[in-house]
Amino acid sequence: MKSIRTLILACTVAAVAGCSNSYLDDTNSVDLGGSGVGGAAGSSADPRSPAYFQEAIGDRVLFAVDQSTLDDAGRVLLTAQADWLMSNTDYTAVIEGHADEQGTREYNLALGARRANAVREYLVSRGVSGARLKTVSFGKERPLEICSAESCYAKNRRAVTVLAGGLTG
Amino acid sequence: MTRFLLCFLLGWAFVAHSAAAQDGGPLRIEITEGVIEPMPFAVPDFVPDSPAATEVASQIARVIAADLAGTGLFREIPAEAHIGRVSDFNAPIQFADWKAINAQALVTGAVSSSGDRVTVRFRVWDVFSGAELGNGLQFAGSRDGWRRMAHKVADAVYSRITGEGGYFDSRVAFVSESGPKNDRKKRLAIMDYDGANVQYLTDSASIVLAPRFSPSGDRVLYTSFETGFPRIYVLDVGKVQRRVLESKEGTMSFAPRFAPDGQTVVFSLEQGGNTDIYIMDITSGGTTRLTSSPSIDTAPSYSPDGSRIVFESDRSGTQQLYIMPASGGDAKRISFGQGRYGTPVWSPRGDLVAFTKQNKGRFHIGVMRTDGREERLLTASFLDEGPTWAPNGRVIMFARETKGARGETTLYTVDITGRNLRPVRTPGGASDPSWSPLQN
Repeated sequence: MKSIRTLILACTVAAVAGCSNSYLDDTNSVDLGGSGVGGAAGSSADPRSPAYFQEAIGDRVLFAVDQSTLDDAGRVLLTAQADWLMSNTDYTAVIEGHADEQGTREYNLALGARRANAVREYLVSRGVSGARLKTVSFGKERPLEICSAESCYAKNRRAVTVLAGGLTG
Repeated sequence: MTRFLLCFLLGWAFVAHSAAAQDGGPLRIEITEGVIEPMPFAVPDFVPDSPAATEVASQIARVIAADLAGTGLFREIPAEAHIGRVSDFNAPIQFADWKAINAQALVTGAVSSSGDRVTVRFRVWDVFSGAELGNGLQFAGSRDGWRRMAHKVADAVYSRITGEGGYFDSRVAFVSESGPKNDRKKRLAIMDYDGANVQYLTDSASIVLAPRFSPSGDRVLYTSFETGFPRIYVLDVGKVQRRVLESKEGTMSFAPRFAPDGQTVVFSLEQGGNTDIYIMDITSGGTTRLTSSPSIDTAPSYSPDGSRIVFESDRSGTQQLYIMPASGGDAKRISFGQGRYGTPVWSPRGDLVAFTKQNKGRFHIGVMRTDGREERLLTASFLDEGPTWAPNGRVIMFARETKGARGETTLYTVDITGRNLRPVRTPGGASDPSWSPLQN
C-alpha cells in the first residue's frame, strides 16, 4: 500500500511538473492564486492546502484505452481525495475527463464524460456530497503530453480533480 | 445546338471518362466506371469592356479554371500554350486554334464594369463539334463578389458537361487551429469552399468544436466551452450573432446538427456519464429524447428527407453505425466491417453515408450505402476524421492530423471514388469542416 502510494506520488509530481496547466484555461475553476506546482495554492507541506491535494494526494487518475473503469491504484488515490474533501469542506471540485487523441472528437468527449463521472461516483460513494462535485469533459482537446505514442497517450487518458472556490461562491 | 448527354450513373461510382468528341459524339464527361482521362479545356482571360475591368476579367477566368481543374475531371491547357486569342466575346470562335492544342472544351467570357457593379457573360463551347453547350448566361453583382460570380460560371460549366449539380459557389465552416497540441487555440471560421475569403466568427478564448450549417446556409450550430462546460450555440452567419441553446445544469450538450426543416436540432446530451440523442425545437427549446441506452450514442445526422437519423453508438461494445426513425425507436446497425465506425454523415443525395473508420491504428474516411453494403474506404492516414459532403454529393471534405508533437491539422477533399485527394488551402491549421449548400 505504502509503496503504491509513493509510486503514485512520484508519477503525479512528474506529470504535474511537465504540465503547462493550460487545460485549466477554459474551465470556470477559481484561480486559487498560489505559486506552487501547477498553480495550486499553499505549500504542499500544509495538509489542508490545495497544493497538498494536488501533489501529495494526487489530483488525477489514469485509464486504459477506451475504458472508464477505475483500477486499484485509482481507487486508492480517490479514497485519499475523498478523505481530503471530507475534511476540507470549503472546497468544491470540477472533475475533468480527458481522452487521448486516438478517437473521433465527439466520441472522445463522451468518453471523457464517462471517466469524469466514474471519479465523481467513486468520490460520492466515499461520502463526498454530490453537490460539491461537477464534471466536465474535454475529450481529446487538452492533451498534457503531445507525442503520438502510448507513453503519452497513457498520461492523457485521465480524470483530474480540480479544486475550486468555496461552497458559498 | 448540341445538347450534352445527360450522364447516367452506374451504381454510385463517379469516374470520369473523357469525351469521345473526336469520334463525332457530343462533348461530355460520362460518369461511369472506367479510367480517368481528364478533359482538356481552355479558359482564356475574359474580355474586359474597359481598362477598369481588365484585372477582374483575368481573375475570374483563373478562378473558373481552378474550380474545374480541382475536380480532377478536367485538365487546364495553360494560357502559354494557347494559339488563339479571344478579344471579342461576340466574334466567331476560331475553333481550329483550339483544336490544334487539343482543348475539347472552351469557356469564353466578357466582363463589364460600371461603378461597383460587375457583369459577367460566358459561353461554353464543344471545340471539336464547333457547337455551343447550353446558352450564354450572365451574372451580375458587386465587384467584391467577383469570386462568387466566377464560381457560378464554373458551376454552370461543370453542370453542362457532367449533367451533375456543381459545388463551387459554396462555403465551408470550420475550426481554425493554431498553437501547439497541448495549448491549441481554436476559432470558428467560415470560408469559400476553395479556402478564399476566410472570416473568423469567434475569438480563441474558448474551445469551439464541430460547426454545422443549417440547410439554407444562414446559420451554424457549434459547440463551445464558453461557460467552462460544452454547450450548443447557434450563430447567424450574416449578422455574426449567436445564442446558446437551452440546456440542463450538470449536463453536456454537443454534436448538434440541423434537421432538413432547419427548425429541429438533433444533438447529444450527456447526463451522469451517459450520452444519448435528443431533438430540440430551436425556437421553443422543447426537447424529446430519442435514444436511451447505457452507451455513447452520438454524432447524429438526418437523411435528406428528414425521415431517419444515422448515428454512432458503442452499445455493441465498440463504436458502430446505426439508423433509426427520426422519431426514435428501433435502431438498426449498418456497419459490420472490422474496426470502429464513427461520425456518420448522410449524403445530400440520400444514397450514401460517409464515416470515419478506425482499424489497426489507422484512420479512414469511407462511404457505404445506407444499408451498410458496398463499404469503400477513400483515405488512410494516422488520423483522418469528420467527413462533410459537397452539395452535389460527389466530393467529401475532411480533416487530417499529422502524427507527433508537431502534428498539424489540414482540410482535404477527396472524390467519392477515392481519387483526387487534395489539400484545401487555409491560413493555418483547420479541422471539423462543414460544407454549406450551394448559395443562391
